[in-house]
Amino acid sequence: MSRARANPVNAAAMHGALILYTLIALFPVFVILINSFKTRRAIFREPLALPDADSFSLIGYQTVLKQGDFFLYFQNSMIVTVGSLGLILLFGAMAAFALSEYRFRGNMLMGLYLALGIMIPIRIGTVAILDMMVATGLVNTLWALILVYTAQGLPLAVFILSEFMRQVSDDLKNAARVDGLSEYTIFFRLVLPLVRPALATVAVFNMIPIWNDLWFPLILAPSEATKTLTLGSQVFIGQFVTDWNAVLSALSMAILPVLVLYVIFSRQLIRGLTSGAVK
Amino acid sequence: MTALTLSNVNKSFGKVHVLKDIDITVEDGEFVVFVGPSGCGKSTLLRVIAGLEDASSGDIRIGGEPVNMTPPSKRGIAMVFQSYALYPHLDVRGNMSLALRQEGRSKAVIAERVAEASRMLNLDPYLDRYPSELSGGQRQRVAIGRAIVREPRLFLFDEPLSNLDAALRMNTRLEIANLHRALGASMIYVTHDQTEAMTLADKIVVLRDGQVEQIGAPMELYNNPANRFVAGFLGAPAMNFFPAGLVQPGDGREMGVRPEDLYLSADGPLEADVCHVERLGGDTNVIVQVAGHQITARLFGQHDIAAGAAVRLGFDPARAYHFDASGARLAP
Repeated sequence: MSRARANPVNAAAMHGALILYTLIALFPVFVILINSFKTRRAIFREPLALPDADSFSLIGYQTVLKQGDFFLYFQNSMIVTVGSLGLILLFGAMAAFALSEYRFRGNMLMGLYLALGIMIPIRIGTVAILDMMVATGLVNTLWALILVYTAQGLPLAVFILSEFMRQVSDDLKNAARVDGLSEYTIFFRLVLPLVRPALATVAVFNMIPIWNDLWFPLILAPSEATKTLTLGSQVFIGQFVTDWNAVLSALSMAILPVLVLYVIFSRQLIRGLTSGAVK
Repeated sequence: MTALTLSNVNKSFGKVHVLKDIDITVEDGEFVVFVGPSGCGKSTLLRVIAGLEDASSGDIRIGGEPVNMTPPSKRGIAMVFQSYALYPHLDVRGNMSLALRQEGRSKAVIAERVAEASRMLNLDPYLDRYPSELSGGQRQRVAIGRAIVREPRLFLFDEPLSNLDAALRMNTRLEIANLHRALGASMIYVTHDQTEAMTLADKIVVLRDGQVEQIGAPMELYNNPANRFVAGFLGAPAMNFFPAGLVQPGDGREMGVRPEDLYLSADGPLEADVCHVERLGGDTNVIVQVAGHQITARLFGQHDIAAGAAVRLGFDPARAYHFDASGARLAP
């Protein structure tokens, strides 16, 4: 193991592969970013060229900021994403704790039932969901989106988290019980910090599909006040004419918040890995 | 006053009957060790006493009060776990004081008790460190300290030395013995290591398959085991078992002789081929084959015996034990 790691050829090959993958993954983002700063003509003439004095233009950003209420869309996307993630993590972790910690009749069945959602795409139920939202008067509210995304994220969250929670030492939980901590304190103060890497994983897995989703905002909350960023960007994509400057600028700006969220979660992830709990 | 009384305690997980009719009494100030092979139910029994598992039936009394329905924190017990189970987000002081804060004790009382415990366990330099910054032995001392500050009626130890290396294990064993003397508290200690049981206990409870095989003082169990299992479990190296027919033709019983009771003797009844010799300096363990049975003889001092030699072993018939086919002890 240590010899393999020390071998410079292996190390170079490993880094080469990773660097190559990084380049492939970052290339589309890079193209979007550079083109968002170019004039429309320059975008089509030389899509891969960097913006220079001739082709540099902020027209896309100006359009985006003038047309439509982009800060509101931003805010909506942020509320929906953070709200859904919060609920997914909270309820997912609680369900996972119950499933992994307590013996009760139907524990297995309950676990299977919760995991079933991983296999069935939530979009199959769109019509029924729309019916429910209309009946409860939640159409064109951010709550509609938050609830749907929470339901969509829970199965995988419960599945991943219960697996991690089983690995938390029983002795630690029992020691806390002997010391008189309540089950809620054990959950929030002992178990949750120990499964932080898993929480971060679940958060990252759920965050990007929610942020990027077009389907449910279009169906459940298309009003001007509740538009999300992805839906808001669609105004620039027409059937006959597409304002590419504006689309690329909107997309560039949409990347930023996810990036910030990701950095926060990945930090937690590393911090979680380094906490020495038991032995 | 009795510290703990268990009467007819049973525990089942689904269809698996783990503890069967356990009756045990622990007197005040007594050090009781539950010992048995892994899977015999000793840790489950400890968890039932602690209240971390509910007994399926039976009566548990701590200090005379029935505690079947009492949660662990109200039972007046403190427990030390094999994996230390320290709270990773609290420093040593926080770990030790958490239970007292939960009980709502005053700051002065908490500070005084933590100071006292850390003095007893030499933890003063580490009070502000986190568990991840401590060695295994230090962590186990913190875990013991966490138990001491609560001043419980009953200490429960769940294999506390199993994660420590051999040298540290011996030191910590001594510390626990000293602690018991200093505090005079009642303690229950679970282990699978018969050496720990013999060296620490006032009273040993030998368990097998969820049943109590025998209860008694260490030397009582050693000298007077109730059955073949207890005889074979206590003592290292373990007692030798062979058909009594090897010594007295026609005797159908099984015979047990402790390794230290065997000696080299030119006219001894056992004709043996030496397979292996372990030289420990103070003792020499000679492992021999007698008519297909492996027998260990523990000879005092150093002996010049080579593998492959033929020897004869003798023993004092009064020090031999006899068992029937089911393992029950028979009169000599």
